[in-house]
Amino acid sequence: MPRSRTRLAAVLAAVALTLAGCGGNDSGGGSGAGSPEEIKVFAAASLTAAFNELGPRFTAANGGTKVTFNFAGSQALATQIQQGAPADVFASADTANMDKVEDLVGDPQVFASNLLQIVVEQGNPKAIQGLDDLADPDLKVVLAAPDVPAGRYAAEILGRANVTVKPVSQEDNVKAVVTKVSLGEADAGIVYVTDVTAGGGKVEGVDIPEDQNVVATYPIATVKASNAVEQAQAFMDLVRSPEGQQVLNKYGFLPPPTS
Amino acid sequence: MTDARRRASASQRGGRAPVLFVVPAAVAVGFLAVPLAGLLGRTPWGSLAAELATPRVLEALRLSLVCSLGAVAVSVALGVPLAFLLARVDFPGRNLVRALTTLPMVLPPVVGGVALLLAFGRRGVAGQWLDRAFGITLPFTTAGAILAEAFVAMPFLVITCEAGLRAMDRRFEDAAATLGAGRWTTLRRVTLPLVAPSLWAGIALCWARALGEFGATITFAGNLPGVTQTMPLAVYLALETDLEAAIALSLILLAISAAVLVALRDRWFPTA
Repeated sequence: MPRSRTRLAAVLAAVALTLAGCGGNDSGGGSGAGSPEEIKVFAAASLTAAFNELGPRFTAANGGTKVTFNFAGSQALATQIQQGAPADVFASADTANMDKVEDLVGDPQVFASNLLQIVVEQGNPKAIQGLDDLADPDLKVVLAAPDVPAGRYAAEILGRANVTVKPVSQEDNVKAVVTKVSLGEADAGIVYVTDVTAGGGKVEGVDIPEDQNVVATYPIATVKASNAVEQAQAFMDLVRSPEGQQVLNKYGFLPPPTS
Repeated sequence: MTDARRRASASQRGGRAPVLFVVPAAVAVGFLAVPLAGLLGRTPWGSLAAELATPRVLEALRLSLVCSLGAVAVSVALGVPLAFLLARVDFPGRNLVRALTTLPMVLPPVVGGVALLLAFGRRGVAGQWLDRAFGITLPFTTAGAILAEAFVAMPFLVITCEAGLRAMDRRFEDAAATLGAGRWTTLRRVTLPLVAPSLWAGIALCWARALGEFGATITFAGNLPGVTQTMPLAVYLALETDLEAAIALSLILLAISAAVLVALRDRWFPTA
């Protein structure tokens, strides 16, 4: 009996040590004396291509600090941050989702804007000319879900144009809309101009008239719980710098609205 | 009497718990149980009924039942004959066929969804033909959701059923044949009743898997409330905007899973 008790104690000690070891490792990555090797940027799906180009530039200019991106619908990212996900920077495709986490982030700055476009397959096989055509019940139209910024913008645009569309699917993020169109499963969708550009040669865009279009504004902010505040701020600065703006412009983003 | 003796001898052999195993086992139990406790702990019990009665939840629930039962029907119609052939007929390439048909069990469901899209999508190998010949397109339809669920769930029915057929004592069939029963009568009166427990277990597993299907469904069938937005999709999307609704939906799925487990307890924990 005593023997088994000592053995139990030994096992418990070993487990405790192992757990402590793990814990030590975990915090070691973050609190490593002022110079974390990595920051996590949570960014709207529509920023994928532009931010992926900015990532290596940031690493080169900031002593090798790596950037890991988490691209998803802004509404999903906002929830993840609310639930304590380890984000250092949050870039949203709308102000509504930035507002959702306003207590958890620093002062948000609008760094870009974007317009929406009808996305169709390359060559526009269904000859879609404008929003009115999307009402055709034989047309398979895919939109982003109403909670996704792109979905809400699309609903706003369709409302302004007074067009009723019955989508065949409400995708979880704007990139999924482009995918469904580029695969030929859907005939059309409403996405950002930048998604059409990033879609390469598989899709093309049909312009939405200015009076019916909406301007999507993209705010960026550092996350308060970050333990790499300096690097997070540096990333935010890069995005807002002329260099960052040039990259964003290359992918079709517009400068922040001047109002 | 025999039971008691067996239990007595079992306790003599392995009565004392090996200490080395107790701690990791306890960690395992905690690891598996704590998330469930977390779910129950955050459940808004007060507003649960109201949460569950929202059209969005009811719609997802209805659709989930339709799709999962449809997937079970497809799986039984196609999977049981397959299990029978795999268990009873020694055809060339049998192992290859078995490996192929159980692959979806270990395949990431999203990959399954992509594969389905490339096969049964509007531009897919088979989908193109379906569209041209019959005007049928599966993506974004309830039929597509059923197909996605059947794709991932059918293997569970096939392997459970095949195992049952293999474990069965075939002398009963031989006896029936000797007594003059035809193949059909033997199948109906002897084989099926004997294999019924495995068949039901397979159906329960297949149904539970179909009910929980997410990756293949959202990839292949898309997400539209009332058409392809099943419970797991509704949970996932609700999670992004309305945590309470997501928890309420999760709770239903948890309750159903627990019910399946209880229904199968005699099979999985025969001595308990």
